Amino acid sequence: MGGTKKFKRLIPRDAAERLLGMRRLTFIRNAGGPMSFSRSLLLFLFLAMGLTAPALAQSDPEALRPLINELAKGKYDDTQKQIGALVATGDPAVAPALEALGDGDLYFRKSDGMVFIASKAGKGYALTDPLTLESAGEAGRRDVKKIKVNNKLRRVLRSALGSLTLMAPDPAVRKQAAEAVFKSRDPDSIEALDAALAAETDDSVRTVMEQARAAAVLNSDLGDEDKLAAVEVLASMGTRQAMSLLLSVQSSLEGPVRDATAAAVTKIEKSIAAWDAAQNIWYGLSLGSVLLLAAIGLAITFGVMGVINMAHGEMVMIGAYVTFVVQEMIRTSMPGLFDYSLFIALPLAFLVSGAIGVAIERGVIRWLYGRPLETLLATWGISLILQQAVRSLFGPTNREVGNPDWMSGAFEVGQMTITYNRMWIIVFAMLVFAGLMLVLKKTPFGLYTRAVTQNRRMAASMGIRTPWVDALTFGLGSGIAGIAGVALSQIDNVSPNLGQGYIIDSFMVVVFGGVGNLWGTLVGAMTLGVVNKFLEPYAGAVLGKILVLVFIILFIQKRPRGLFALKGRAVEA
Amino acid sequence: MMTSFLFRAMDARAGIFLAIMAAAIVLVPAGNLLVPEGSPFHVPTYAVTLMGKYLTYALLALAVDLVWGFCGILSLGHAAFFALGGYAMGMYLMRQIGTRGVYGDPILPDFMVFLNWPELPWYWYGFDMFWFAALMVVLVPGVLAFVFGWFAFRSRVTGVYLSIITQALTYALLLAFFRNDMGFGGNNGLTDFKDILGFDIQADSTRAGLFAASGIALVFCYVICRAVTRSKLGKVLVAVRDAESRTRFLGYRVEHYKLFVWTLSAMMAGVAGALYVPQVGIINPGEFAPANSIEVVIWVAVGGRGTLVGAVLGAVLVNFAKTWFTAALPDIWLFALGGLFVVVTLFLPKGIVGTFSQGWTALRQRKASADYEAGSDEPPSSPPHAPSATARDAEPQPAE
Repeated sequence: MGGTKKFKRLIPRDAAERLLGMRRLTFIRNAGGPMSFSRSLLLFLFLAMGLTAPALAQSDPEALRPLINELAKGKYDDTQKQIGALVATGDPAVAPALEALGDGDLYFRKSDGMVFIASKAGKGYALTDPLTLESAGEAGRRDVKKIKVNNKLRRVLRSALGSLTLMAPDPAVRKQAAEAVFKSRDPDSIEALDAALAAETDDSVRTVMEQARAAAVLNSDLGDEDKLAAVEVLASMGTRQAMSLLLSVQSSLEGPVRDATAAAVTKIEKSIAAWDAAQNIWYGLSLGSVLLLAAIGLAITFGVMGVINMAHGEMVMIGAYVTFVVQEMIRTSMPGLFDYSLFIALPLAFLVSGAIGVAIERGVIRWLYGRPLETLLATWGISLILQQAVRSLFGPTNREVGNPDWMSGAFEVGQMTITYNRMWIIVFAMLVFAGLMLVLKKTPFGLYTRAVTQNRRMAASMGIRTPWVDALTFGLGSGIAGIAGVALSQIDNVSPNLGQGYIIDSFMVVVFGGVGNLWGTLVGAMTLGVVNKFLEPYAGAVLGKILVLVFIILFIQKRPRGLFALKGRAVEA
Repeated sequence: MMTSFLFRAMDARAGIFLAIMAAAIVLVPAGNLLVPEGSPFHVPTYAVTLMGKYLTYALLALAVDLVWGFCGILSLGHAAFFALGGYAMGMYLMRQIGTRGVYGDPILPDFMVFLNWPELPWYWYGFDMFWFAALMVVLVPGVLAFVFGWFAFRSRVTGVYLSIITQALTYALLLAFFRNDMGFGGNNGLTDFKDILGFDIQADSTRAGLFAASGIALVFCYVICRAVTRSKLGKVLVAVRDAESRTRFLGYRVEHYKLFVWTLSAMMAGVAGALYVPQVGIINPGEFAPANSIEVVIWVAVGGRGTLVGAVLGAVLVNFAKTWFTAALPDIWLFALGGLFVVVTLFLPKGIVGTFSQGWTALRQRKASADYEAGSDEPPSSPPHAPSATARDAEPQPAE
């Protein structure tokens, strides 16, 4: 049987997709005979995935060959008739031939009138059988002649192919075909769509087909009733595409259909606005989690310990550079681990930044407790030194930090596009927040930290080594900044100035949320993120940011201690 | 009465400072203009401009010292007032270009022609007159500081919180001035100035004149600061710095004192900016950068906070070091500056002038008490100064 043989390579590129569907079809054709194990497995999978193709005409390709060969005969009108005859068979196997005809790649052999798909090979042509897509040898330049097409024929071919592919066994191809009809709004394809709808079993494809049919109906001269139903279908789509379609046909309609269209447009506008709002909230949450990551370490050092650490941004920067170094080492020594590079970088970044933090606390900050303004200046000096050190080590330019596979790409929810890296960063920020809460609330170390925060002298009297707790808390805050750096390296440029961009925002978040309260930091970060993203469409990115800053400045006037202020004696400390 | 007010502002240290300044104001322009070029005493023009720039920085540091050293308000946003003063002057200088710009438009500055602005925005009106621009140089920073301070001090935003929101203020202004539709030249700022008050801005004599003007402004502002801090009001300011709540409970309206000195300081910063712009020939949003404001604070800390003279000294020293380092060892500069921050806060909390005068006072007291014990009739001029236990205050030394 010709159909069971493997197809060869020599097929037009855009026919390859369709080919995939046809190959599946061949398994069904052979279903009567004794099936090998692998074949039956494939068939099983095929059925299990819900991809069962509609029962189509299962004619032998050889039966189609005379019809195909007829294409070479007569004038344009004859060719058109012949195309109609081919489409009438409803067999997708004729699609490659029609496609090739449209592209001007269909030739016939002068000696016997056989039709082939031909492509230039050396001096002559390489021939391909249009039905089996097998190689059919070569032919000299004089031996074959191109079957001519004009624009009218091309149009006929397009819609013919559209209706043929609507019946294709591969749902992806059917969907694509339906989408093409939606775009062309060709009234001639309504019949094909109706036929396809009757045979369609896949729900998602059926929806797209119905929408395509509705688009075509609005463009046709069918009655009001059909058109009203079509408007209904389009309104339920709720996309911008549907809205622009409705708006474009609105002027040509009249009576109740026109009113219905107007109503549908307003309905779609509302749904689009809702999705836009959802998208903005999503962006806002994503920005908020970036802010949270940058600020949460600061919330510990500034909020819990009362230390102004202007070098906090540099801890983030160091975390990002640790990621860079880890990825470089993986690239040179074991490229297979690249997808896990972030997991390797996380603990390293925590340790490196944390160690630097402890060193800063022991070396500088502990001499300055009780002098917040001096601490601010000294840590600013440290931040300059760290920046310059990184600049001397790694150079002043941006460093390339790659995204692992699971961080790249995007998926869609309704009409929102969600990129994986943003999603993972939100998840990661939440995990870090939860982990930190757990450490502070449930571990002995957290208990000591809170005790020292609330009453340093009393804690010392109870036997807590406060200097030790100070150093470790500062190390913890810096370490968290380091792992924030790992996450931020995925969405930001890794350069020595990375940290500076975050320091003011982080302070705003901590001050806005309320010092000494991690929940305040969470709410503060998310609020500022969402507000920022909602202002952006109206005011532009820069003005939006300015407005947020002004808002915070005014807010601090009203509530000098932030949203969630500590109460009691701790405030005066 | 005015003279007694001014006399009270004087003491030995102020006298030395004023004498040095007077000498500089006379000698540097003279060395540039009168001494022929081959002479070893000739001061090249670039040096005059450089020193003039230092003097404007010194004036800015003086303004920061007034609020930080005497009232305990650590402003991390004074560069905003400096830059606003600079922009006011820059707008005047832009209007003076007239038809000599690249596009030759008699009214619109080049960047507006380039961005297709149909006409001059309303806030550019009046800047073709020097007196108006000069008024705006003090008024714009003054009003901004007044409004900002009125809100901040009334709701008792103090300490670190105030520092952070001053930084937010300058950051917001930085972002705003980067925008092209603000009408201040966006990223590029204002530049390509031609002349000031009819004098060619590139000429040696104008440069010398600007240097002298910067020196005179510095002296003038120093005397004002001195008068303010030596007055009764100055005593209240120090009280606010050291014990704000106590001062309030004693019946002083703390926020009024703070607001006054804050606004005054902002105006001085504006004047400094206005003198800075014609000397460097450009003003752009980079001047608003938060890092600049923090750098000013370190000038004051190096020189000695709460000493006024120290602020001037610190500004000149640090900037001289910066000029030298960035030319000779550009990679080292940030290490040096960062190290300076750490070293000064850890080991030199009173700064150069503060440490020096502390040593001087201790020496004199030892000598005086030695004389007293030896049978002299004179009692020690002041009780021995006990180094305070709380490291918080870098107190200005009571001037004898």
